[in-house]
Amino acid sequence: MTKSELIARLAERHPDLRAKIFERIVTTLFEEISDALERGDRVELRGFGAFSVKDREPRIGRNPRTGATVQVSRKRVPYFKTGKELRERLNPDQGG
Amino acid sequence: MPANTITRADLCEAIYEEIGLSRNDSAKLVESVLAEICDALVGGENVKISSFGSLMLRSKGERTGRNPKTGEAVPISPRRVLVFRPSNILKDRLNQPDASPAEPRPSRTSYSPG
Repeated sequence: MTKSELIARLAERHPDLRAKIFERIVTTLFEEISDALERGDRVELRGFGAFSVKDREPRIGRNPRTGATVQVSRKRVPYFKTGKELRERLNPDQGG
Repeated sequence: MPANTITRADLCEAIYEEIGLSRNDSAKLVESVLAEICDALVGGENVKISSFGSLMLRSKGERTGRNPKTGEAVPISPRRVLVFRPSNILKDRLNQPDASPAEPRPSRTSYSPG
């Protein structure tokens, strides 16, 4: 499902609202999450999951093709941990 | 500085301010977006939000794990897990020179170049 498909499905589910509004809602939502991550904040959505930022230490990497060593600098990477309810829905036959 | 935590309430407030729906409707629609994403994932679809990233389903085969407390071997059944692959745009946003720097962790073995 792409962003535009998500918008289309929301519009279908809410025929009472103008379809155009969903583009703005979805954009605002992910922009808000991105802004939070950019600030280094954590976004916790119970039942769905949590986005956070992890720090990666600088390290010596290798170009796998040439074997040349390259300096990989410190960086921040976003991370997602699936929420309990969604995890259980993805694996309904298991106890968790 | 410890990181703040953003919750549904903050997202609802952003929708309320940005879109101009009532607070009640904003809350319902945030829920609706999350529900739509969950339904797609549960139905086996990957979810790709351009300029943000993708939530990808991975199927894991059966493997043997261990109860860390007792050391006892227990089979871990096959399952579906989610992996978030951030877009290059999001990755770049987190690593701009003017963004707040990654927390230095002096307690860890510090790396000295050269």
